[in-house]
Amino acid sequence: MSYFSDIYKGIKTLLTGMSVTGKYFLTSRKGAITQQYPDNRDTLKMFDRFRGEVIMPHNEENQHRCTGCQKCEIACPNGTIEIIWDRGIDEQTGKKKKKIDKFVYHLSMCTMCGLCIDVCPTDAIEWGQNFENSVYDRTALTRVLNEPGSKLMPGVED
Amino acid sequence: MIRALSITKSIHDWLYSTMSDNMAYFVEMVLIALVYLTIFAVAGLFLVLIERRVAAWFQLRIGPNRVGFQGLLQTMADALKLLSKELTGTEKADKFLYNLAPYFVIITALMALAVIPFTQDFHAFDINIGLLFLIAISSIGVIGILLGGWSSNNKFALIGAMRSGVQTISYELSIGLSLLTMVLITGTLQVSEIVEVQKNGWLIVQGHIPAIIAFMIYMIAGTAETNRAPFDMAEAESELGAGFHTEYSGMKFAYFFLAEFINMFIIAAIATTVFFGAWLSPFGITESIPILGVFWFLAKAMILVFLMMWFRWTFPRLRVDQLLTLEWKYLLPINLMNIVIMALIVWQNLIIQF
Ligand code: SF4
Ligand code: SF4
Repeated sequence: MSYFSDIYKGIKTLLTGMSVTGKYFLTSRKGAITQQYPDNRDTLKMFDRFRGEVIMPHNEENQHRCTGCQKCEIACPNGTIEIIWDRGIDEQTGKKKKKIDKFVYHLSMCTMCGLCIDVCPTDAIEWGQNFENSVYDRTALTRVLNEPGSKLMPGVED
Repeated sequence: MIRALSITKSIHDWLYSTMSDNMAYFVEMVLIALVYLTIFAVAGLFLVLIERRVAAWFQLRIGPNRVGFQGLLQTMADALKLLSKELTGTEKADKFLYNLAPYFVIITALMALAVIPFTQDFHAFDINIGLLFLIAISSIGVIGILLGGWSSNNKFALIGAMRSGVQTISYELSIGLSLLTMVLITGTLQVSEIVEVQKNGWLIVQGHIPAIIAFMIYMIAGTAETNRAPFDMAEAESELGAGFHTEYSGMKFAYFFLAEFINMFIIAAIATTVFFGAWLSPFGITESIPILGVFWFLAKAMILVFLMMWFRWTFPRLRVDQLLTLEWKYLLPINLMNIVIMALIVWQNLIIQF
């Protein structure tokens, strides 16, 4: 008699499947995951985990958290990061100290592997959400991540 | 045998008054052929668009909505693109059969379309063996598929074509038998008379339980007959490239593609005719306006087409052995039993009529 119960089970499972997809069909216009990109450019929000480019956030007083330890430069598998550093006088202690002059980032070479961000001891760099990176001249892809005249945020090294 | 649409009655009279009878008959046939070719092209493109939108909605996407209002012109643009493409082929292909195959598929689809009663007078070819003709024609299409697969000299195409052959030979049986079940009630194969019988209630109501079983079997077998998922082993993308039409490009590919969608419409249209009263309106609400018959016919057919799309985007593809098990161990015996039950019901006059 398993013949008839097989038929019954078969039809039942098929109908279950159809009800699942049917529900999706009816609600799809609200929950559509498609982004109509150029139209919704103003409201488009990328996901937190999206890897667009490496950026270095600065606070309002134009201070960043990079100590110039060069760990990211060493960690990067393809030499994307170049840190140009200098020694200068630290304002608080008055001692001579290593400082970054320019944090050079070659976007054209970056594979978005994230090793530099993982390795940074002070969380100075993170993922940016910008993805509109196409340019006509590839020198525009070489970026200096620290703003001109920016300083190290006090207390980062403690 | 050719019954012209009532609004073309004047054209018909005019033709017969201006030229000899034979000539007028010939011109009339050419005109009707042109009308059906147009329907074929428009309906095919429209169905492709619907399929894409419906598929998108099932998968939480939006689907084509850029070309024209809500993407209405998308498939036109695609067809234009296919027209302008180069026709490539394999070097060692059997050129003659290779070029012939798409026409087999498309001509059979067109011939089947002629028997379908869109409304009372919009019915090109009303022969007394209508249903038999439809069943016979629908199995000629598979020759086109076999020829295409064989002559392209490509192993994937050949496997696809052979699978299609296996599938069609088995499921043909179920289609024929399930329609035969309904013929027991109507007592005729002529399509217009089948519709006439249904003026006392659609056949799915008249035949109640066995009719519903027959309808389910017909839909399953019909989906298999058109090589659509979950029975799309003839063109299983993940296994065979594009199956039997792997080696086709440009317009010849488009012929196969359009024919597939028209076949889906034909399966739905036959189901509409045999189970759901063709162009008859529900409870006869628009009996007085005969032209609305087209609307009712298309509405019913579209619901069934949607059902087939629903199947396609829900169920996973069957293996070949599962496919044959389903047909020979389940559908066929149930179908035979169903015919006996239906015969008993008709004999004892247990049909429901209004
Ligand atoms: S993401 Fe990877 S490749 Fe890019 S800069 Fe960091 S370490 Fe280098
Ligand atoms: S970004 Fe981080 S790892 Fe790289 S130099 Fe600055 S502090 Fe060191």
